[in-house]
Amino acid sequence: MGNRCAVIGVGQTKYRTKRQDVSIAGLVRAAALSALDDAGLEFADIEAVVIGKAPDLFEGVMMPEAYLADALGAVGKPIIRVHTAGSVGGSTALVAASLVQGGVRERVLVVAFEKQSESNATWALSTHLPFNSSLVVGAGGYFAPHIRAYIRRSGAPDHIGMLVAVKDRLNALRNPYAHLKIPGIDVAMVRATPMLWDPIRYLETCPSSDGACAMVLASESAAAAAPNPPAWVHGTAMRSEPIFFAGRDTVNPQAGQDCAADVYRQAGVTDPRREFDAAEVYVPFSWYEPIWLENLGFCAEGEGWKLTEAGATALDGDIPWNPSGGVLSSNPIGASGLIRFAEAALQVRGMAGEHQVPGARRALGHAYGGGAQFFAMWVVGSDKP
Amino acid sequence: MAGRDVAVVAFAQTKHAAADSGLSETEMLQPVIAEVLGQAGLACAQIGFTCSGSCDYLAGAPFSFVSALDAVGAWPPISESHVEMDAAWALYEAWVRLQHGDIDSALVYGFGKSTQGDLREIMTLQLDPYYLAPLGLDQVSLAALQARAYLEASGRTERDLADVAARSLRAAAANPYAVQAEALTVDEVLAQPHAVTPLRPADCAPITDGAAAIVLAAGDLARRLRERPAWIRGIDHRIEAHYPGVRDLTQSASTAQAARAASAGSSGSLGSLGSLGSAGAVGSVRAAGAVEAVGSVGSVRTVGAVGAAGSVRAVGSVGAAGAARPDVAELHAQFSHEELILRDALGLAGDVLVNPSGGPLGANPVMATGLIRIGEAAARIFDGSAARALAHAASGPCLQHNLVCVLEGE
Repeated sequence: MGNRCAVIGVGQTKYRTKRQDVSIAGLVRAAALSALDDAGLEFADIEAVVIGKAPDLFEGVMMPEAYLADALGAVGKPIIRVHTAGSVGGSTALVAASLVQGGVRERVLVVAFEKQSESNATWALSTHLPFNSSLVVGAGGYFAPHIRAYIRRSGAPDHIGMLVAVKDRLNALRNPYAHLKIPGIDVAMVRATPMLWDPIRYLETCPSSDGACAMVLASESAAAAAPNPPAWVHGTAMRSEPIFFAGRDTVNPQAGQDCAADVYRQAGVTDPRREFDAAEVYVPFSWYEPIWLENLGFCAEGEGWKLTEAGATALDGDIPWNPSGGVLSSNPIGASGLIRFAEAALQVRGMAGEHQVPGARRALGHAYGGGAQFFAMWVVGSDKP
Repeated sequence: MAGRDVAVVAFAQTKHAAADSGLSETEMLQPVIAEVLGQAGLACAQIGFTCSGSCDYLAGAPFSFVSALDAVGAWPPISESHVEMDAAWALYEAWVRLQHGDIDSALVYGFGKSTQGDLREIMTLQLDPYYLAPLGLDQVSLAALQARAYLEASGRTERDLADVAARSLRAAAANPYAVQAEALTVDEVLAQPHAVTPLRPADCAPITDGAAAIVLAAGDLARRLRERPAWIRGIDHRIEAHYPGVRDLTQSASTAQAARAASAGSSGSLGSLGSLGSAGAVGSVRAAGAVEAVGSVGSVRTVGAVGAAGSVRAVGSVGAAGAARPDVAELHAQFSHEELILRDALGLAGDVLVNPSGGPLGANPVMATGLIRIGEAAARIFDGSAARALAHAASGPCLQHNLVCVLEGE
């Protein structure tokens, strides 16, 4: 794992359907300045920048780090652009952490963004490589069959997804940055919305958002000067598996299990449900909460929906999942993973405001992408590892 | 600079092609992965970390790296990441990861099929979408602006560009992996009609399909896997301002900066590298101003693109005076004038062997071209023909972003 690394600054923009008040550069700069402010630093203090986003087709700007170098104060510095599909926000944080853990940099700015209003994500996800056929389904159409397989395997009743949709949106009401704010949301309201990709209803899917998130990561000595409490990185892991391999289990992917086992081993976590105080997990469609509860070892296989049904994952449950409102409430795709990592850090820094889990000292940040085949995770804590 | 010794221990590439062979990216990549792992004597499951570089816009579809993972055989699942950059930056990420000390090997690969689209128009989609991309410049026109500024400032001529092109094509003709094109004399290059003045077709890297892969290993493992590993003594990169109008296009300050940073890690023995921008080496206020612009953050000063006459030559000659220097340099110059700008920025003496592979003018599989520079430089260490080699990779329009890697044998 290398040298110690801490999160000393977090910045987010407000997530909205269309941020027509700012350019792409303005959007990422706002998040970066906010993170620097939290860290008590200026651009001049930053040694390297790592930027992530999902496919460039989402905005129509190829390899945008070239254009964004000025806005991110990266001129005269190293900048790296990460892209690992939906997990990219998480991977971007891990690449930035790696620079500190490897002893290469002291203070690194990590930024991820998406400005979905510049293009159409479902179109961009439905184009295909030459000589390949297109599924023409977008993300919802791709994942719906996996969710149906989960329901069939686990015997989960059909309202579980709706419970997640309600729970995460109630949490979002406490988060000033969240995109979807739906006061009075309940299961009846979710059930009344149109079925998009059976069994995913309109209110069981994530929104399309514009937004950016940033963090400042620091070495142990650099963190000592931070004005606000740091979140210490206790473990980092990435895992990938091939999308078209017939032997893989797309409902309970091996890469997700392996990634969790690796990051838990580094952090000394043996019982995630008891040892974490909060988890920010990439749940873009409601049913992915019970699916990932099982994949991440918070319960036995087939039991995830029971935790959700019992309220264990609610803000006042024994293991709150997505106190920020999660991807279901804000989804600037390329940033969604970084937001999970950043919200996990805010929890253990005690800086999550109205959605703070009282006394949280250890939290999991999680992101996944591609055909549920790319995973990025970190464990952060209030104490030095 | 971190301290763990990491080396290139294996390098493989496709026979790069100027026409679509009909293979998918995955099919093109798989034999290269197999070959590089074979050279290293490692199985996929023994690799500690894998990182790749590719660009969705070459295929015109998202996630080109997703199906490429099939070529690696990532089962059981592997620790893996991807940069939407030339794979030289994937190698940088892997080198950083190896500094942690808990793993000892990494697989790096890059690939691209430029024949599938219009590369000249695609490349300028990386320009500022609000103010620059709508101008409709293509890649060669943008490069030609830089070439013109450089020729005006340096006093060099189109014959100097043709020298670079002819030398590169001659070297490429002897490289079985390069695009098989006719070697041309300087006069034959000069007889070509301009593509975009002052650049002729031979001054521009060819449209190319191809892939490359490298295995990195740390410490004793590197010594076990390769008789003469190419040790990475320093590697670093820097970016400049985006707008061509606020940069001094006649120089590559970020290359000089990256070279200095990469040299700092090699116990000072590469003091001659990256002379541009070190206060003593730059004789003119204009050049110093350009460096200052790179160093300032958030408020880049406007620096005129023309008028650095004299300073470029002066920097080159100062750099050449250094005692320690590479025996060979592989430079990611996609246009003839870029090689001249890079030579100046790196302070390369006239007798340093530059791009013996033919360089990008001999084969330019976009997203692998920079990684191939590191591989070709390492190959010269492997075979003992060089004691010290310099590899350079570039990204962004007009050499906006530059990486320098210094390799040595033991």
